[in-house]
Amino acid sequence: MAVVFERPKSLADIRLHYCPGCTHGIIHRLVCEVIDEMGIEGDTVGVCPVGCSVFAYNYFNCDMIEAPHGRAPAVATGVKRAQPDKFVFTYQGDGDLAAIGTCETVHAATRGENIVVIFVNNTIYGMTGGQMAPTTLPGQVSTTTPFGRDPKLAGFPVRVCEMLSTLDGVALAQRVAVDSVPHIREAKKAIRKAFENQRDKKGFSIVEVLSTCPTNWGLSPVDAIKRLQDEMIPYYPLGVYADKEVKF
Amino acid sequence: MEKKLMKGNEALAEAAIRCGCKCFFGYPITPQTELSEYMAKRMNASGGVFLQAESEIAAINMVLGAASTGVRAMTSSSSPGISLKSEGISYIAGSDLPCVIINVQRGGPGLGGIQPSQADYWQATKGLGHGDFHVLVFAPSSVQEVVDMVSYAFDMADKYRMPAMLLSDGLLGQMMEPVVFPEQKSEAIEKPWAANGHKNERKHNIINSLYIEATDLENTVVERYKKYDEIKATLPDAETYMTDDAEYIITAYGATARVCKSAVNLARAEGIKAGLIRPKTLWPFPSEIIKNATENAKAILCVEMSTGQMVDDVKLAVECKKNVEFFGRTGGVIPTPAEVLAQIKKLGGIE
Amino acid sequence: MAKMEVLFEKCEGCGLCITACPKKIVSIQKEKRNRLGHFTAQCTDQEACIGCAMCAMMCPECAIRIEK
Repeated sequence: MAVVFERPKSLADIRLHYCPGCTHGIIHRLVCEVIDEMGIEGDTVGVCPVGCSVFAYNYFNCDMIEAPHGRAPAVATGVKRAQPDKFVFTYQGDGDLAAIGTCETVHAATRGENIVVIFVNNTIYGMTGGQMAPTTLPGQVSTTTPFGRDPKLAGFPVRVCEMLSTLDGVALAQRVAVDSVPHIREAKKAIRKAFENQRDKKGFSIVEVLSTCPTNWGLSPVDAIKRLQDEMIPYYPLGVYADKEVKF
Repeated sequence: MEKKLMKGNEALAEAAIRCGCKCFFGYPITPQTELSEYMAKRMNASGGVFLQAESEIAAINMVLGAASTGVRAMTSSSSPGISLKSEGISYIAGSDLPCVIINVQRGGPGLGGIQPSQADYWQATKGLGHGDFHVLVFAPSSVQEVVDMVSYAFDMADKYRMPAMLLSDGLLGQMMEPVVFPEQKSEAIEKPWAANGHKNERKHNIINSLYIEATDLENTVVERYKKYDEIKATLPDAETYMTDDAEYIITAYGATARVCKSAVNLARAEGIKAGLIRPKTLWPFPSEIIKNATENAKAILCVEMSTGQMVDDVKLAVECKKNVEFFGRTGGVIPTPAEVLAQIKKLGGIE
Repeated sequence: MAKMEVLFEKCEGCGLCITACPKKIVSIQKEKRNRLGHFTAQCTDQEACIGCAMCAMMCPECAIRIEK
């Protein structure tokens, strides 16, 4: 018998600190599978955010940098400009990327910065205990929207891929999900394409991954997956929002 | 070696390129903009990177990224912009990364003004961000010294793996003086800690300032303070001018020290025994030099383009055993030698 | 013939693998907790396993290894 599935080599063989059923682990694995398949671990520098994935520097076996909250795209820009031959990716949550780091995200994208951004959208601030995120859905209860997010008071969620797809520097903006095996396969293909774009110097690639937060949603892991499917995907439709040749 | 007439900001940029600065990230702000403009013209052609960032915050984080990979990186700004950078500076210090930050100071607080100022002394030496840390702070007082200190700042930043700041001001940045660019001794400093791809030849490097266990953070900070102690013992530097027999000694740094030197000369012409101590390093502060040079002085006058910031450190340096008076102009007003002379006379009760 | 191996100490018992298995042969055993305190996933019918690895793909902990 041959091994047909095991932990990718570039994913450190230690326990991830994420809550049981949190899909961060799946997304980590997909990134590592792509890194392994492309054979680029030794030439990759990852930049992790502030948020639940703040300890990701311990999990990816490539060189890693821990960025200030929201600044990962700027840090990655510095890395990529200094080392253009290296693969550079950021791994960011929704609060990091779409609230405090919106400016850095938009400008790295419009510059066509040749990096990969893995954007994990779970509609909540997980690490600080379940506050409203920029992606929290209307009506969604969080600790800072205890009666549900009221757009009259707290505004509307940000649809990041749709917003970034209007920018000339964006080569790929795709929204995927990790709620089922077919979607996970799709997500991996998108991540692979993003890294290949970087290899081919095509410009900015962002893969938005709809993810779950069973703990702060107050749901079981299985019910959290169901919420992702029933509530998140209708508001954040999966698909390719930009896939174009950036004409520098 | 050839002498060139150059504006302070442009000479600074040229010196940085010559000493191996590979990446410059900046954002326009008066009165440092010429520095970025010079970098934009020269950097890419010399094989380096110039990038205008979307904000001061992005610029300092680009420096963080580039410095993480082991290259020499720099950013420059002026007072309000430095406030924005302070988040990133704290992270850079907490991640033990070397880089150079230029502050061409202007008046504050708030938007303040665009004229020269020294009101960021406290910020530079005591509060460049949250947490327990220091930044090396160098204070040039001529365009030539700007050139020399940039290269020194990069060397010391690399040696001690920490950020270094050049605390310039609008006056030094905007004025023109002849400068000589010294031959660069290019000693490659090994940076085995750099996150630039491990090539499957070593364990992964992590650039990080997070220590979730309180004792881990305490130990890391304590180790860093041992490094600071070594720096405090070796790096403090100041110029002393006519202090040997001086009864009245001025302390002043940067552009203000030039004015004060003229005031000392005016005083000496009138037979008043005046002298000047000009700190060249603001952190570490040259306390010993000040203490020793003022041993026989009757009184000390600290002159700044602020309402009095360095004066606190001067008082500490002399352990409050001497009379330390203060004179300052602020908001972008530059004191004149005559004004300073009048203060010296007041200090000595001289009619 | 395929083999689903649950890495006992890595499994956090979230049950996502159960939802992924097309053969419905994965469950959470309620007899022994691992060091983290979790009851872990198990294959209830090794003979029926087709080695599709869908359980492993759904696992957030990389706690499943598949041989075929």
